[in-house]
Amino acid sequence: MSLMAMLSLVISSTLVYSAPLIFTSIGGTFSERGGVVNVGLEGIMGMGAFASIVFNLTFANTFGAATPWLGLVAGAFVGVIFSLLHAVATVTLRADHIISGTVINLMAPALGVFLIKVLYGKGQTAPISQDFGYASVPGLSHIPILGQLFFAKTSGPAWLAIFVAILSWYIIFKTKFGLRLRSVGENPQAADTLGLNVAKLRYSGVMISGLLGGIGGAVVAQSISLNYSASTIVGQGFMAMAAMIFGRWNPLGALGASLFFGLSQSLAVVGAQLPGLKSVPSIWLQIAPYVFTIIVLAFFFGKTRAPKADGVNYIKAA
Amino acid sequence: MAAQKNSFSVALFSVLFGLIIGAVIMLIFGYNPISGYTALLGSAFGSTQDIGSVLTQMTPLILTALGFTVAQTAGFFNIGLSGQALAGWVGAVWYALSFPNMPVYLMLPSALIIGAGLGALAGAIPGWLRAQFGASEVIVTIMMNYILLFLGNNILQNTMSKGIKVSAETTKQVGANASLQMKWLTDLTQGSSISAGIFISVFMIFVVWFVMKKTTLGFEIRAVGLNSDAAKYAGMSAKRNAVIAMAISGGLAGLAGTIEGLGNYLNFFTQNGSPSIGFDGMAVALLGGGSYLGVLAAAAIFSVLKIGGLGMPMSSGVPFELVDIVTASIIFFVGASYLIKLIQKRVKAMDDKAARASQDKKAVKAAADSNKNSKGGE
Repeated sequence: MSLMAMLSLVISSTLVYSAPLIFTSIGGTFSERGGVVNVGLEGIMGMGAFASIVFNLTFANTFGAATPWLGLVAGAFVGVIFSLLHAVATVTLRADHIISGTVINLMAPALGVFLIKVLYGKGQTAPISQDFGYASVPGLSHIPILGQLFFAKTSGPAWLAIFVAILSWYIIFKTKFGLRLRSVGENPQAADTLGLNVAKLRYSGVMISGLLGGIGGAVVAQSISLNYSASTIVGQGFMAMAAMIFGRWNPLGALGASLFFGLSQSLAVVGAQLPGLKSVPSIWLQIAPYVFTIIVLAFFFGKTRAPKADGVNYIKAA
Repeated sequence: MAAQKNSFSVALFSVLFGLIIGAVIMLIFGYNPISGYTALLGSAFGSTQDIGSVLTQMTPLILTALGFTVAQTAGFFNIGLSGQALAGWVGAVWYALSFPNMPVYLMLPSALIIGAGLGALAGAIPGWLRAQFGASEVIVTIMMNYILLFLGNNILQNTMSKGIKVSAETTKQVGANASLQMKWLTDLTQGSSISAGIFISVFMIFVVWFVMKKTTLGFEIRAVGLNSDAAKYAGMSAKRNAVIAMAISGGLAGLAGTIEGLGNYLNFFTQNGSPSIGFDGMAVALLGGGSYLGVLAAAAIFSVLKIGGLGMPMSSGVPFELVDIVTASIIFFVGASYLIKLIQKRVKAMDDKAARASQDKKAVKAAADSNKNSKGGE
């Protein structure tokens, strides 16, 4: 295999595996910047995957090649609805964030498979006919070498995800909404005193995480698993959470961490085709993202970096 | 006393609301909820084999729930129970298969200790990382679940020798020297996979209660969980207690995994995801409200739901996943207990209003009674 072919294989598969992590980890960033811990990302992704597959199977003939992109919208929509459960529980009903997130994670696969059985009479769907596959970015793919590596036969959702990451960084750090969201995550009492609606801002943080988590799940379903079953989303949501922490609650950091985790995942899959990596047992590549997260968390950041009121319910004085 | 009564009613209402949500979902999708729940009860209590299955299901849940409770007492949220259970399961089965000729009185105790020890180790690591570096145990245990899952599967597929496997994905069954199953129990329950594990579990409820409530160690763990600064001023080591509490927690989960391996399945096979006994045990502990008898009752409820759910598709057509939805809903209401307390408060306020009128009557009557009594005394 030539060096070019090897590099382009690694890059394109890294982008495929990173895309869902980028979307979801940025979703988690919005939620936690607003002060709501979201361990339910895994469940939200599951519902996004479920919705996109059902949409894709139903409308593939109507929309043709545009179906997977519309599937993202379906995933995002269901993701938002499902995340409302977490928002209601944590913000309005003052539930413990981790318990509520765990409920989301327990609920999603059960609900998804239940509905699949109701709709199709079996525990997993047929494979979809319209998936993301590999596409070339028009124009950019003609750049010599770089174009071939990064923009030819690449993953469309990954480039959308990178764009979303930059946009999210701008929203969180440069807009009024972002400043307000961060302030309710750091010190809800002070924010409340200044006249901000803490509950509303926290709801929007969680709902954005539902939107992006749903898209993340839809990307997994329509570019990697290509059908829906209980095992479509196993761990990607938790890995996205790790990426969020690894990226220090910053969308660009989350982007970097997701790309790194995506590389590690893709090497576990395509590593066998690459000379040099053949001898590394794939188990090390499989567990690498998790081990790195623990190391980084323990030895570099400690607990101080999370938004100060992350996971703390704000009970307004009557 | 008042607090405990309250949490009992929260648990009761949560189960009720969870079942109602299940019924509503069945109605929406065109199933008959009554026949659905009848089928559930029928397949949980229909025969002694079903009851045996319910008890088999309860066994690990009691242990993982105890593990969660111990960690929670020390102020930890141990989401890593499933990984810790898996460590015990793989380790104990591997050990048992490696020494097929060891006599049973040596094999069983040592296998149980090894399984529990591996779980304890897997629990102690996040405890130490939190105590030493302040790393969130929630994240570390979630990460460790995946590390242990991949390692467990890898050990099975690549490290274990071919001689102890029937295929790349499944080990052989452990020998009679390592099996926790007992002939009279198996016969009594018409061949269910119940084992002596259920006795170990129930005994551990007592042991954990004793350690946590009656020993210095338990007192220190509770003190650290309530206020680690105050505990430090009183001369207790928050770090040491954190690690010990998480090790006990993980050890109980490891024991649960060991009993799954040596009592229920008698082998180990490739896992697609972390064993569900971890998260289910957490659900049991949350429903049990941290009380030791509550854990037993909650484990029974969830096991009846799980085993009963298996029979639902056959006789009423309702997909099995419905019971998982019910379980998740129950925990939702436990978590959002504020909702139930709010409803109770409203109802109580209305009751109070209504009661006030009749209370006045009663007061008058009581006064009259006491008048009579005092007259009798004269």
